[in-house]
Amino acid sequence: MARSVRPQTKIAFTVLAWLVGLILFFPILWAILTSFKTESEAIASPPVVLPSVWTLENYFDVQARSDYFKHFFNSVLISVGSTLIGLFIGVPAAWSMAFSPTKRTKDILMWMLSTKMMPAVGVVVPIYLLFRDWQLLDTVHGLTFVLTMINLPIIIWMLYTYFREIPVDILEAARMDGAELWKEIVYVLVPMAIPGIASTLLLNVILAWNEAFWTINLTAAQAAPLTAFISSFSSPQGLFWAKLSAASTLAIAPILLLGWFSQKQLVRGLTFGAVK
Amino acid sequence: MGSITLDHVNKAFGDVQVIPDISLDIKDGEFVVFVGPSGCGKSTLLRLIAGLEDTTGGTIKLDGADMTNAPPAKRGLAMVFQSYALYPHMSVRDNIAFPLKMANTPKDVIAQKVDYAARTLNLNDYLDRRPRALSGGQRQRVAIGRAIVREPKAFLFDEPLSNLDAALRVNMRLEITELHQQLKTTMIYVTHDQVEAMTMADRIVVLNAGKVEQFGTPLELYRKPANRFVAGFIGSPKMNFIDGQDAARYDAHSIGVRPEHFQLSRESGTFTGKVAVAEQLGADTFLHVNVERLGLITVRTGGDETFENGETVHLTPDPQRIYRFSADGTALSHGQA
Ligand SMILES: Nc1ncnc2c1ncn2[C@@H]1O[C@H](COP(=O)(O)OP(=O)(O)OP(=O)(O)O)[C@@H](O)[C@H]1O
Ligand SMILES: [Mg+2]
Repeated sequence: MARSVRPQTKIAFTVLAWLVGLILFFPILWAILTSFKTESEAIASPPVVLPSVWTLENYFDVQARSDYFKHFFNSVLISVGSTLIGLFIGVPAAWSMAFSPTKRTKDILMWMLSTKMMPAVGVVVPIYLLFRDWQLLDTVHGLTFVLTMINLPIIIWMLYTYFREIPVDILEAARMDGAELWKEIVYVLVPMAIPGIASTLLLNVILAWNEAFWTINLTAAQAAPLTAFISSFSSPQGLFWAKLSAASTLAIAPILLLGWFSQKQLVRGLTFGAVK
Repeated sequence: MGSITLDHVNKAFGDVQVIPDISLDIKDGEFVVFVGPSGCGKSTLLRLIAGLEDTTGGTIKLDGADMTNAPPAKRGLAMVFQSYALYPHMSVRDNIAFPLKMANTPKDVIAQKVDYAARTLNLNDYLDRRPRALSGGQRQRVAIGRAIVREPKAFLFDEPLSNLDAALRVNMRLEITELHQQLKTTMIYVTHDQVEAMTMADRIVVLNAGKVEQFGTPLELYRKPANRFVAGFIGSPKMNFIDGQDAARYDAHSIGVRPEHFQLSRESGTFTGKVAVAEQLGADTFLHVNVERLGLITVRTGGDETFENGETVHLTPDPQRIYRFSADGTALSHGQA
């Protein structure tokens, strides 16, 4: 039986939802608007909402000062690379925890999660020193490695949750049908878990794309992804709000578009298993 | 070929001994049914043979070769699961072809075998559908098709019909029996339904709490149950058990009489009681008769006579068919051979 909702209640909830959405989106909207203003308009007080003249100058300045596409490419390499490596390790790991658990499986999962509770600053010095000694500073592969390690617990947790939803009978049927372990994973488990794997992939690309602590601390010019690109506009030459906003807009645009186009998949994946 | 030998197989999950010690000899081509109450270890035993569980001790041989530690893929057995366990992301055709694909069979051979299996099982019209678009009975056929294409040494069935409705169950029961007669491949079939066991099996293994109570042909189990458990489990409606002084008269701790082995009379007999419930099935009538000292006794009689509730009737057991049991439930020798 459908629950009846009064129209007033419905309107109230709709307004509330839009309000919350607007509050969450406001900073991004503000940055986008500011990126089209002149520098003086950008710091005007009281603030100007819409630019009096829409200008693309900030974007040209940003591109002139540092190569956006180089950083964009670094971001893609690092986020996609670390996620793919993470999945490659995470799928078999989650398989074993979901389908052949031992007494310690729960502990291992908790332990992996606990690494996410540790503040990153706590290990920045040792990791920095290791990176220096191994000549990994400011390299794309070094950064990919760190981000793989950072996101692996999340990848394994997500995959583990999705795999638990898959009836073990079907994997056993594959074993009876003569599938060795890797064939069971490739032909049966992975295709059945595609929605879950896809959302894990998307979410981790987004997380890695936005990761700012390690990407800023471990890179200089060569391997810097877009996060480091933004921050390079925030410090040295005083406050250039409009240029900073242009850089930010450029940096978040790709991931925003990715999120927009894949939102169905993301929502489906994140609520997967909530409703059977 | 497909003989299966279990030699002192045991299985424990942690501290829980599920199967203490089982030895069995299943001949090539036999249809063997494992039957027993829920939780007695039927599925576990089947999964041990399949290789889906590791044994705690003992050896499992297939065609004389020790397979105790071989992975399921190497044992050459096919299994049909209660849940069907079809691959949801593959079409019916790909489901049936999967075991062949795993064995690197050439494409044209696969096509030919899938086609043959589909024709045998009436699945031709569904080959391009996904399992979710099939009825329960059709899914079950696909699961069987997937099992037969690879020509396994033996088929293992774990309660394959329990998700089907009664009419379909009877049909599929016949189909599986026919399949066995046609293929002559060893089949092990797990069920808790003793009617399935009686009608399908060459030989039945009656399991109770992880132990084999008896291993024999359906009629052996019916006529010469080894103990009270088997006597009570095989036969429908259940055998009536009588203890105390009425059993002592027959020089036994307890006796058993099947509902069909009572002589029913309105005039006189060994036991006297009142009809509590009369279940009329048309061909047969099951009378539940309340007998003093003994409680409810079930009697099977022809469908032509009618009985009133509360009517007094007299029961006389067929002396040739009284089963006698000792205090520990073991069958004592009885009249009928
Ligand atoms: N993985 C497991 N871990 C622990 N105990 C188990 C496991 N699998 C089965 N058991 C136990 O072993 C016993 C036998 O189980 P099994 O599934 O073989 O019974 P069954 O005869 O097939 O019953 P049913 O007719 O209900 O299917 C049960 O008591 C069950 O609780
Ligand atoms: Mg079972």
